[in-house]
Amino acid sequence: MEQLFSQIFVGLSIGSILLLVALGLTFTFGQMGVINMAHGEFIMAGAYTTYVVQQALGDGATSTAFLLSLPAALVVAGLLGLALEALLIRRLYGRPLDTLLVTWGVALILQQLARDLFGAQNVEVKSPGWLNGGTEVLGVGVAYNRIFIMVLALAATAGAWFVVSRMKQGRRMRAVMQNRQLAAASGIGTAAVDRRTFFLGSGLAGVAGVAITQLGSVGPTLGQNYIVDAFLVVVAGGLGKLRGAVIAALVLGLCNSLIEYWTEASLAKVIVFVLIVAFLQLRPQGIVAQETRGLA
Amino acid sequence: MSALLATVRRRVVGPREELPARIAFAIVAFLLIVVAPSMLSDFRLGLLAKYLVFAIVAVGIALAWGRGGMLVLGQGLFFGLGGYAMAMHLQLAEAPDGQPPAFMTLTGAEHVPGIWGPFESTAFTLAMVVLLPMLAATLLGLLVFRSRVRGPYFAILTQALAAAFVIFLVGQQQFSGGTNGLTVMTFFGLDLADPDDKRTLYLIVVAVLALVFLIGRQLVRSRYGRLLVAVRDAEDRVRFLGYDPTLVKVVAFAASAGMAGLAGALFVPVVGIISPASLGIVPSIEMVIWVAVGGRLSLAGAIAGAVLVNYAKTELSEQLPSAWLYGQGLLFVVVVAFAPRGIAGIGEWLRENRGRLRRGRDATPAAATTVEEGA
Repeated sequence: MEQLFSQIFVGLSIGSILLLVALGLTFTFGQMGVINMAHGEFIMAGAYTTYVVQQALGDGATSTAFLLSLPAALVVAGLLGLALEALLIRRLYGRPLDTLLVTWGVALILQQLARDLFGAQNVEVKSPGWLNGGTEVLGVGVAYNRIFIMVLALAATAGAWFVVSRMKQGRRMRAVMQNRQLAAASGIGTAAVDRRTFFLGSGLAGVAGVAITQLGSVGPTLGQNYIVDAFLVVVAGGLGKLRGAVIAALVLGLCNSLIEYWTEASLAKVIVFVLIVAFLQLRPQGIVAQETRGLA
Repeated sequence: MSALLATVRRRVVGPREELPARIAFAIVAFLLIVVAPSMLSDFRLGLLAKYLVFAIVAVGIALAWGRGGMLVLGQGLFFGLGGYAMAMHLQLAEAPDGQPPAFMTLTGAEHVPGIWGPFESTAFTLAMVVLLPMLAATLLGLLVFRSRVRGPYFAILTQALAAAFVIFLVGQQQFSGGTNGLTVMTFFGLDLADPDDKRTLYLIVVAVLALVFLIGRQLVRSRYGRLLVAVRDAEDRVRFLGYDPTLVKVVAFAASAGMAGLAGALFVPVVGIISPASLGIVPSIEMVIWVAVGGRLSLAGAIAGAVLVNYAKTELSEQLPSAWLYGQGLLFVVVVAFAPRGIAGIGEWLRENRGRLRRGRDATPAAATTVEEGA
């Protein structure tokens, strides 16, 4: 029983990481339909930002540095996204497959850039004192840094939800997504909305990067480990739907850890993938579908 | 008499407009079969054999992606299925009768495991090399295309599949050799360390590539080929005309998977090893860039792209490893964003704009031809 609780906790923890990583994608992929393969490298940029801030502030200020790096990573990754949107993606609207390949090229360049700037060796980010150690809930050992990631995922989701459904910017984003031409005709500057959406989506990747520094060392290919899973979360969850992404991330995380518990890690990955394909048979639009009368 | 001559001419060289293509094919065949083996060192010929193996994958990708609009980001899976099937057979052939392959005896295995058993048979292996990938692609294609998952969603699913496959291989170390992969020394009686035998292997690769190219070309030019392009450009219209786009796409996807499997099977003897490192997400997407560089709409362009990009990779990554990684990224960005028709597009562009180039600015602009995206 305790084993089961422990696996559920691990599952929720994996799920919250997936959610954090996929949250940015619900903006860039979900709202704008842009497949940004460099999203993983924005996560990596966020992680390196944490490292740089920590190095700059020195050993004495680990806590301050960690908290400061949250907004810093948001801005760094957001600006990277803004540059990518302005320089390349704008020119490729309506060519989703080409966008995918071009952003993959950008991802390769960013990885090599990180290798040249920070070295091929992974770097370590020190955890602030209050994230070390853990406690026990229902007889299960629970690490503080895992709890922190869950809280951060919750907070980021709540923030994203607030922007999308309560702020003027979010209303415009939804309008552009639902009908670009009609939105433009109603006086919404669609290009500016695109830029802001992209900044936000990329910035959230940076925040995810800060959280990931707590799970291991930081290397140039850090983002690659998360990108495919993140896209699967968005596809399974339903495009542009926060609710869908939350459910999909948690379900995928739980499935992963529970199936791993019954079989083994390598089989679990394959089984989860088969489950996703099977699920898309039942609901091709994902968990939460956008109502439409158009041809799918 | 002249009528007879004309018939003979038509039978041998085909219709007049086919002539340039056939001459080009003959020249390339001559270069590959006669010139390359006599001019290149054993080492270089081995590299060329590897590039040509990759070209076989490229033909399949040009078929599925260029013609069918299905961006296949998981060809590493099919390449791996073919490769591992072949490697399993070759390892069993090298092991003493009834004994498990060498890497298994290290971990204390005493019997050939069940899933390896059938691969003892040559006929079964040769069939599986092509059929296994095609079967997997057909199954996935039927499920995925029927529920109208397409475009980028399909691309992401294939990519996830390749990733899952690699994780699976690494995890099942006692059957797959884990990250070390499977190594082979011989190929149906050919000694892979012997230069003469390697030459024979090279010629086998050339022959298979020629065969795959001709099959691909036949597919593209047939009525089916037109239907495939129609599905790429307007799937719903094709459906309204009474065709089933799912089947049309599955055929192209399965054909490309079969070609990748065949390439994987040849990769094993040419390189001597197959491991998860050559199958994952990154190798799979590299396969797509070869085709993008060569020209996704042209099978011959795809072959040229695979050879050129891999040649550049060998040369540059030896001398300037960092520069190659930047170069590869830039290649992706520049070719896909600004020259979507690749190398093959240069010739087409010249042909379309010949009049304009000769007459200067006054000429009427050529008809706009852009690469259409599959929906």
